[in-house]
Amino acid sequence: MESRNFHIVAESGIHARPATLLVQTASKFSADVTLAYEGKDVNLKSIMGVMSLGVGQGSDVVISANGSDEADAIAAIEDTMKKEGLSD
Amino acid sequence: MTKKISGIAASNGVAIAKAYKLVDPDLSFAKTSITDVDAEKGRLTAAFDASKADLTKIKAKAVENLGAEEAEVFEAHLTILSDPELVGAIQQQIEKDQVNAETALSDVTDGYIAMFEAMTDNAYMQERAADIRDITKRVLSHLLNVTLPNPALIDEEVVIIAKDLTPSDTAQLDRKFVKGFVTDLGGRTSHSSIMARTLEIPAVVGTEVATTDIAEDELVIVDGLNGHAIIAPDDATVAEYKQIGDDYLAQKAEWARLKDEPTTSADGVKFMTGANIGTPKDLPAVLENGAEGIGLYRTEFLYMDSSEMPSEEDQFEAYKTVLEGMKGKPVTVRTMDIGGDKKLPYMPLPEEENPFLGYRAIRISLDKTDMFKTQLRALVRASAFGTLWIMFPMVATLPEFRAAKEVFETVKAELKSEGVAFDDNIKLGIMIEIPSAAILADKFAKEVDFFSIGTNDLIQYTMAADRGNEKVAYLYQPYSPSILRLIKRTIDCAHKEGKFVAVCGEMGGDPIAVPLLVGLGLDEFSMSATSILQARSLIKNLSTTDMQALAEKALDLDTNDEVAELVKAATTNK
Repeated sequence: MESRNFHIVAESGIHARPATLLVQTASKFSADVTLAYEGKDVNLKSIMGVMSLGVGQGSDVVISANGSDEADAIAAIEDTMKKEGLSD
Repeated sequence: MTKKISGIAASNGVAIAKAYKLVDPDLSFAKTSITDVDAEKGRLTAAFDASKADLTKIKAKAVENLGAEEAEVFEAHLTILSDPELVGAIQQQIEKDQVNAETALSDVTDGYIAMFEAMTDNAYMQERAADIRDITKRVLSHLLNVTLPNPALIDEEVVIIAKDLTPSDTAQLDRKFVKGFVTDLGGRTSHSSIMARTLEIPAVVGTEVATTDIAEDELVIVDGLNGHAIIAPDDATVAEYKQIGDDYLAQKAEWARLKDEPTTSADGVKFMTGANIGTPKDLPAVLENGAEGIGLYRTEFLYMDSSEMPSEEDQFEAYKTVLEGMKGKPVTVRTMDIGGDKKLPYMPLPEEENPFLGYRAIRISLDKTDMFKTQLRALVRASAFGTLWIMFPMVATLPEFRAAKEVFETVKAELKSEGVAFDDNIKLGIMIEIPSAAILADKFAKEVDFFSIGTNDLIQYTMAADRGNEKVAYLYQPYSPSILRLIKRTIDCAHKEGKFVAVCGEMGGDPIAVPLLVGLGLDEFSMSATSILQARSLIKNLSTTDMQALAEKALDLDTNDEVAELVKAATTNK
């Protein structure tokens, strides 16, 4: 399993467009990908799950991937986080 | 059977095409028990797949016709439809409760909608509730085998029939195919009407019965000149209306010849005819119609078309584009007029009993000065690229104007110390739309550089009649001597101090109002760009001395209708 911590800096947190892009990125991989925030785990391939967390600016989240392409999945998600200005 | 329905003539011209009904079908269903769980899950998956196929097509069409940005919402919808947890939850519900897919779908999506709507501190998430409603509707329509209208997929000439059109409806329409609108609701100033005039397509609004009397695919004539729609016309009627439409186009071509001419009355007095715009996208129409300036740039669309507070940089770019595009002709920018019926998803405003009498426009700007300063900084910076005038909306008292001016002066001082270039002669004015400002026009005239009379709101507030309320629509009386007296007072007070006065409401381009306003000595007429040449042509045939006498008479009449009759008689006798 691969995990990484992200500190969310985007003013509006994770929703709308950035949330969609994160979900689309995660869905490209066969590994199971989860987002943990304040003791709750959701499937990062589920837009409804991600949006239901209401992750705001300044939050710390942990993203984990489990499966054959887990390392690539985490790398791709990190890339999306940076490109969208979600995390630094 | 041929049938004629009547409404309000909202946009000129004649269109003849098949009806396309932009009306939601009946999506009601009964809760039933099922035994074959797998078959029910299969129905659900098929409906999801069909919905995805719809949205993929709609998205491609929207990217092609409207651009990637407008199409983003469909991308978001597709991601939700592809959510494995969503389908999974509905399938579980089918299995657990042994109910039909329709029931399981709405139970699960209602749960999400309630959850998102409960996030009251987060306007984005509340908006997502609307996305889920849209998707649920689409999946339901496939389960029930009914067709949802997909305006983005229209690919033949049609007349749109709707209850009313929202900005998101019109954003999906391809102007190549949409030849006209007929709606149940709305007035001359509602979104559908303004949109129709911007697109230069005929429209009749407020018919009350369009969606019930007109069937899908039926031939419809839209007579936007007289405010009628003719349903299933015979060949002779079609021919007659084709002629009317052609005559109108010929007249429009004649007006087009006035494009580069100044606006001068028959006795040689000069006026200005300007355009009202909402975004830099309106510039081409402004230039094509020979506007001598922009009399009203409504900046609230910058705020409304964005998912977050527009930055100084975004605003600066928009203002600069307009100022550069006008090549030195004056551009009057109105600071944001949010509130009333205009809301922002990212700036929740308190629910109010009377939003039109509430927290709106300059009242918000003076309260949220950071937001106001950002807008003024963007404006002052843009002033280096043209001739900028700034006006404040909904000013009721002198202290409000003075406070707004103080913020403006602070912003200028800050920019000066930062070494930013700007025009030091930006004119500052106010909208006259609240009766108290018109009554105190003598005082205001000493402090402002110009007035711009917003007649739509001035009429609404003088008559105490909500302009969106059909029941009191009869009180929208632009020619009422009460309104004319307020306008006369405003113009006289301004001229006494050597100040400039514009009208930027609907009256600015109204063939009955223009002669009166010429008589009252108005300086600038600002209107939908597409009305400019008609107004210029009208003014060319008017003598100011005759119109002064006409206005004098009108001011002394009793009613709106008497004034309208007087002007019609005087202007058609010529």
